[in-house]
Amino acid sequence: MKIFIKELFFELKKNKGSMIGIVIIIISCLVAILAPIIAPHDPTNVYTEYLRLPPSFVTGGNPQFFFGTDDLGRDLLSRLIYGSQVSLSVGFAVVLISLVIGTFLGVIAGYFGGFIDKTIMRITDLIMSLPSILFAIVIVAIMGPGITNAIVAVSIVAVPNFVRIIRAQVMAEKNRQYVHAARLFGAGHFRIMFIEILPNCMAPLIVQATLGFSDGILNCAALGFLGLGAQAPMSEWGTMLSDARSYIESSPWMVTLPGVCILVIVLSFNLLGDGLRDALDPRLKKQN
Amino acid sequence: MKYLSKKLLDLIPTLLGISLISFFLIRLIPGDPVLNLIGERGADPVRYLEMKKSLGLDLPIIEQFWIYLKNILRGDLGTSVISNNSVWSEFAERFPATVELGMISLFFSILIGIPLGIFAAIKRNSFFDYFLMSSSLIGYSMPIFWWGLILILFFSVKLGLTPVSGRIDFIYDIPTFTGFYLIDTLRPEVITAEGFAPFISALRHLILPSIALGTIPLAVIARMTRSSMLEVLGEDYMRTAKAKGMSKKRIIFIHALRNALVPIITTIALLFGSIITGAILTETIFSWPGIGKWIVASITARDYPVIQGGVLIISFIIVMTNILVDIIYYFLNPKMRN
Repeated sequence: MKIFIKELFFELKKNKGSMIGIVIIIISCLVAILAPIIAPHDPTNVYTEYLRLPPSFVTGGNPQFFFGTDDLGRDLLSRLIYGSQVSLSVGFAVVLISLVIGTFLGVIAGYFGGFIDKTIMRITDLIMSLPSILFAIVIVAIMGPGITNAIVAVSIVAVPNFVRIIRAQVMAEKNRQYVHAARLFGAGHFRIMFIEILPNCMAPLIVQATLGFSDGILNCAALGFLGLGAQAPMSEWGTMLSDARSYIESSPWMVTLPGVCILVIVLSFNLLGDGLRDALDPRLKKQN
Repeated sequence: MKYLSKKLLDLIPTLLGISLISFFLIRLIPGDPVLNLIGERGADPVRYLEMKKSLGLDLPIIEQFWIYLKNILRGDLGTSVISNNSVWSEFAERFPATVELGMISLFFSILIGIPLGIFAAIKRNSFFDYFLMSSSLIGYSMPIFWWGLILILFFSVKLGLTPVSGRIDFIYDIPTFTGFYLIDTLRPEVITAEGFAPFISALRHLILPSIALGTIPLAVIARMTRSSMLEVLGEDYMRTAKAKGMSKKRIIFIHALRNALVPIITTIALLFGSIITGAILTETIFSWPGIGKWIVASITARDYPVIQGGVLIISFIIVMTNILVDIIYYFLNPKMRN
């Protein structure tokens, strides 16, 4: 395992893009963790005398509010900083939920085959035939808007990706010698599936989990933008964007900044994911 | 042929599954479905029972599903609670707008994306290649609901070049013929009455939404073309073609591109789903009167028959396009035929 990580990092270091990705991710994590310390204001604190103040480096700005304030007079910088907490935890939650469910179903489908496999694959095909946002919208429409329901919806949409990848990998592994050996030693299905086979399916799983972060963050922000995700006064980037829409002409900074944050964080996870795929899949690496 | 008939047979459980999802959609919403439909103020008991009966909610669930399926096959998708129009007519009215926007976006992303991808593959590891690949990764990561707003901010608010919302200026009343404004505004009677102004207005309204919607497809197509071309260019028969003294142009456009196209076409086909997803967001931003905006509005208004019917139709369309792609793929790729 240690060698695996060392080798992986060695490969990653050669890829500039993924190093940029890692650095941005680490910085955002630090910002999210240190939010209460580095945020200059309380993100929900309303300064009624400073409504829609432009950023401090623009004429009319106030040095007290670096990125200006929003329509209710809340400090934009502080809201963006706290927004990183929401986005990163949303991404983490989505990946965790879809990874656990998807891996479990994928391993079972690939290992047992037959009827179980057909049923699981039929359902994942069904979910995949619906556009992800539409499916998430349907789920949120049923359960009601809110950040928790948005996370559940986006996770369900992400499950099929994991199922397909793990299933294919397990099907390739299950007839290998070490699996037969384990069976001869009297290992049960559960042990063979999750202790013998699963660790050998890690490479594509890591790539998919990284890319799942960016999808999860993007989809949850989209739901927030449509008014179906995080609700006020939570400082979530997508929700902030949707609130800012009405002020696009008079206060463009309110629209610009949250989107830049979403783009940067999504981009960094995509950069890392691409790098990981190149590092972990030698077959693809030759081509690029 | 066996492959195709198997694909078509596979459709049946998928379509059943989709109708099952949309059937349970209304029934899974917490609370009484009748009250959900009537509204939160409630109704007197007589009307309540009437409504329950007219919706068929007093029957056993299996029978309800059977009736629902029969209604779908008859083209009856229910009635909007808000407008009292049939869901199908509401859909038909808005669908051309989404198709027009989606087609234009996809058309331009193909037109620009494939040449860019080819060029990047030929000039591999050049500055252009790096530039294109980085910008396509940015395009791919773009939150398009924000991108649309930035386009509005720059082109409409700052430069005043393009309109902010809608499909055409309000002063024009175009009689609906095909529902595609780019075609309807070019009909002889429109041109004799108004000249080309309505057409130009429709075109100007299309620019920003189609850029917003086309960004992700463009990025995906350019990346896919590049990697698919690189793979083909590395094959042995490319070396043979070169050794035979063929011109570079011929090698790239006739020999390489043709083989590289198969995965590119699959990618383009898979983009239909993401175009619909994008349309939901793009139409909301640009107030584009298509099905995406319709669905979002119906969720805000809790117009459940519309959500139910809309989800059913959209997923049906996507499943059908996927099948269509499989068929095209089958004819494009000789390996699939035996």
